[in-house]
Amino acid sequence: MEQLKHTDAVLDIRDLHTRFGNNVVHDSVGLTVRPGEIFALVGGSGCGKSTLLRAIILLQRPVSGSIRVFGREVLGLNDDEALPLRRRWGVMFERGALFSSLTVQENVSMVLREHTRLSGRLLDEVAALKVALTGLPADAGFKYPSELSGGMRKRAALARAIALDPELLFLDEPTAGLDPFSASGIDELVRSLRDALGLTIMMVTHDLDLLWRVADRVAVLGEGRILGIGTMTELSRMDHPVIREYFYGPRGRAAQEQAWKKK
Amino acid sequence: MASIVAMTDEQPAYLLIETDASAAPATVRVRCGGGWVVQGIAQLEARLESLFLRGGQDWVIDGTAITALDTSGAWLLHRAVHELEQRGRHVVMNGLRPEFVTLLHLIASRPVATAIVHASKPGMLTRIGRYSWRSMTGVSDMLAFVGECALVLLRSLIQPHRIRWRAILHNLQTAGFEALPIVGLLSFLMGVVIAYQGADQLQHFGANIFIVDLVGLSMLRELAPLLTAIIVAGRSGSAYAAQIGTMKVTEEIDALRTIGVGPTELLVLPKILALVIALPLLTLFADVTGVFGGMLMARSKLDVGFDVFLDRFGDAVSLSSFMSGIGKAPVFAAIIALVGCYQGFQVTGSADSVGRQTTVSVVQSIFLVILADALFSVVFNWLNI
Repeated sequence: MEQLKHTDAVLDIRDLHTRFGNNVVHDSVGLTVRPGEIFALVGGSGCGKSTLLRAIILLQRPVSGSIRVFGREVLGLNDDEALPLRRRWGVMFERGALFSSLTVQENVSMVLREHTRLSGRLLDEVAALKVALTGLPADAGFKYPSELSGGMRKRAALARAIALDPELLFLDEPTAGLDPFSASGIDELVRSLRDALGLTIMMVTHDLDLLWRVADRVAVLGEGRILGIGTMTELSRMDHPVIREYFYGPRGRAAQEQAWKKK
Repeated sequence: MASIVAMTDEQPAYLLIETDASAAPATVRVRCGGGWVVQGIAQLEARLESLFLRGGQDWVIDGTAITALDTSGAWLLHRAVHELEQRGRHVVMNGLRPEFVTLLHLIASRPVATAIVHASKPGMLTRIGRYSWRSMTGVSDMLAFVGECALVLLRSLIQPHRIRWRAILHNLQTAGFEALPIVGLLSFLMGVVIAYQGADQLQHFGANIFIVDLVGLSMLRELAPLLTAIIVAGRSGSAYAAQIGTMKVTEEIDALRTIGVGPTELLVLPKILALVIALPLLTLFADVTGVFGGMLMARSKLDVGFDVFLDRFGDAVSLSSFMSGIGKAPVFAAIIALVGCYQGFQVTGSADSVGRQTTVSVVQSIFLVILADALFSVVFNWLNI
């Protein structure tokens, strides 16, 4: 947390091009995420949000461009070189991607066991603590992922993502497929994690409520580039048709009214 | 007394203990410092444990020098304070940065399950009982599955429009046609090996011509059907189990049921029918390539030319020998398809389970195929075929 303050950007993407065959996904995408902020990436289905996320976390190689995480260029790193970076970020996948043969707590402690030299007892306790931090009941840690509800599985996935106390957390659709009550629980959770642990969070989401309630800054991706970037209030004043459609569609308006009422 | 306990890349996490004996109740002062983060706290733990053995009623934990604290470090600190307090010591913490205090409060407020619940290990008798019960119910489940398949087959025969021809053709392609190269190659090699092994013995007796009987009968009656069935069990039986198992994990089987399509009708029956058609054909192909392998070997080692070999072949191998080999294939096919599909449906929840049931399906179908082959031998012997 300390050395974060000395770097000016946690994540810096410049001029990124991605292509699948002849289909251009990203045509010059650029954005910057500052330390300690909750940054959201939005856009219509198939506009390349998840592809961008996968490029940042080194699961996919873009054609050209630059992605700097903690001031270090990540493109072209091999696995050994990427390891120190991978330890400093946590990823929560859209469908959880929990290891189905391990209990929730083992899912968390497995990450700790791989990367630290904690004693067995401390390992179990820290894993249980991570499970508790995500708001899961204490007994949920001993269950297998298949025995959990959708919302609990998301929380369990989050517990694994924060296992190593990452400085940067990537969340892919943290509220997708959840009921409104669980989703608002995730809202609170994301914000409280940032406040308590000083994380920087980058999330990909469609959830307008989540955007109004927790995102500090939002980037709208479309037509292969960033169409607009700023706070939700700033974005809602922009005139780009795609952005206007996004924010002034029926659901967008309802979420905005909700957000105003809360304030 | 000072020691650096753990080193991290940036700053070491350390613990300094000073005992102030001059005060009336002895006061222990613990100075903590450095980065209390997950990478550097491993050795701090043992050191903190040793603290509890010390005397001293009043404890002061000074965290002024702590430069970084993450949840793991905070947990360690929290646990140490908690354990000291449980021993009736009086603990005061000071000097922590406000954000670290917030983190400690957050951790103290969460219910953490520290005791791992271990289910009591069942005794020997319980385990034997459970195992035999599982095996027994497994057999009755398998029989129920066979019965269900038979019912669906009967219904499909009465209403032929319900038969999924496309699925059958697709399965014929993948399980039959695409298996031709591997079945052909292995059977050819098997023919070569048998002729090669037999050649030496036959030459001793000058009975070269009987190589035809040896290769023909052993390939057509036993080896070709068995070899083909084993290859297909490994190739297609496992694929059936894995496919249906994965569909079960992703709830596709449930989806089929809700759409009103029976999974047996759509997934199982076409596989059984396709394999029942494909396996005899594959066996025939194996017969041909196997005998051809034997023929090549007979010519080069025993000077039995192709024409002589084929002349003798008609006398040596009767039609009933050929038919008894081919006739076994549909039975083997039904066993392989049924076991593969059944094991697929036994998958529960996890990726692990898919792997386990796939293994079981291959082992079980090969076992049952060999068992059935032995039964066939006994029956054919009775019937003098």
